[in-house]
Amino acid sequence: MIRLVLLAFLAALGGCASTGEERDPRDPLEGFNRGVYRFNEGFDDWIAKPVARTYRKALHQEIRSRVGNFFANVQDIFIGVNNFLQGKLEDGVNDWARFAFNSTFGLLGLHDVASDMGLEKHNEDFGQTFGRWGVPPGPYLILPFLGSSTVRDGAGTALDYYFAPLTEVRPIELRNTLFGLYLVNTRADLLDASQLLEEAALDKYTFQRDAFLQRRRSLIYDGNPPREKLE
Amino acid sequence: MKRFLSMLCLTLLPLAASAQDTAPDVLVKSVTLEVVELIAKDKEIKAGGRAKLIEVIEAKVLPHFNFNAMTALAMGQNWNKSSPEQKKRLTEEFKTLLVRTYASALAAYSEQKFDFRPLRAKPTDTDVTVNVRVLQPGAQAVTIDYSMEKTASGWKVYDVMVGGVSLVANYRTEFANTVRNSGIDGLIKDLQTKNRSLAKQQEKK
Repeated sequence: MIRLVLLAFLAALGGCASTGEERDPRDPLEGFNRGVYRFNEGFDDWIAKPVARTYRKALHQEIRSRVGNFFANVQDIFIGVNNFLQGKLEDGVNDWARFAFNSTFGLLGLHDVASDMGLEKHNEDFGQTFGRWGVPPGPYLILPFLGSSTVRDGAGTALDYYFAPLTEVRPIELRNTLFGLYLVNTRADLLDASQLLEEAALDKYTFQRDAFLQRRRSLIYDGNPPREKLE
Repeated sequence: MKRFLSMLCLTLLPLAASAQDTAPDVLVKSVTLEVVELIAKDKEIKAGGRAKLIEVIEAKVLPHFNFNAMTALAMGQNWNKSSPEQKKRLTEEFKTLLVRTYASALAAYSEQKFDFRPLRAKPTDTDVTVNVRVLQPGAQAVTIDYSMEKTASGWKVYDVMVGGVSLVANYRTEFANTVRNSGIDGLIKDLQTKNRSLAKQQEKK
């Protein structure tokens, strides 16, 4: 199976001759990226999206939201760690308190009771922490399966996965099942958003890239980046 | 004299209450809540009736947008290279595209709660950002920031940022690329093609 995927991946990459267009300075690897992009699109169209659609039809919204809560709760631990690393102590304590309340009163995180208590969910990861420390994003990068990233955020993602509590789960079968469930549930959540992207964009690759880069910049500044005046 | 003044006040009163003087944050809040309520009540829209939804948007939301400014910003330097006729058609097509996209976004709306942030601006400011947060359990709130400018006919939105992504900025590269490859008329054609295929898709729904 893995060999097959690799083969398809290489085939997609093979089709990425440079188009000779003017390059975007933020995306010097555009030729390579477009190849990975094509591969990801194929995987998404043929496997990920159909599975996510079936999953969404099979399970009631209420259940899917519990599944999402469960994984979101586990992630709060490292969201907190990243807030500490960025010197935002109050936010970090908030995240760990969320984990404590949701894991107990929220029945292993199935219910987000912390939000009702006014403890807000944050969005942090190692890529954002590096950004906060002043590491520039580097070239835009599309990762196989995972999609939009940059050199900095890709390194961050590797750490995110390395530390993800999910990787500690044993037996391996259970870990893999949980991981699969996480991926399918996440993709199902994004079905509306990806449909919207499809509708809004003239060129999906460019639109998605620009949106991703803007979004990451905003996240690093926790939603308040220095305003860039358009003229 | 006193009577004259009070008469004058009476005639001016309705003017003062019109949209022209409504504070931008109050405007955003009232329009948002009105539209959300309309959608919640309307059976046709709830059943997926896209045409009806677009009607609502055109009647309630569009008057508060300055599409001319939005298109000019998205075009950047190419705006000044466009003829008046091209500008008109660009604005029209871009508007159609944004309305259709907006309709899809609204159709996915399912009773999330809004948090209307207090406006941080001086009364004399003519260019402000109005912040709204859409709250959803188990996930980080989605921020919607409306960039608004004061005009003779009241406050008008000239950019919307969703989750930190500016719509206008996001179309900039796309527009610039298309103009570089196939000119301004090429961009108009691309937008038309896009809008036609969206119209066809949405008819099916």
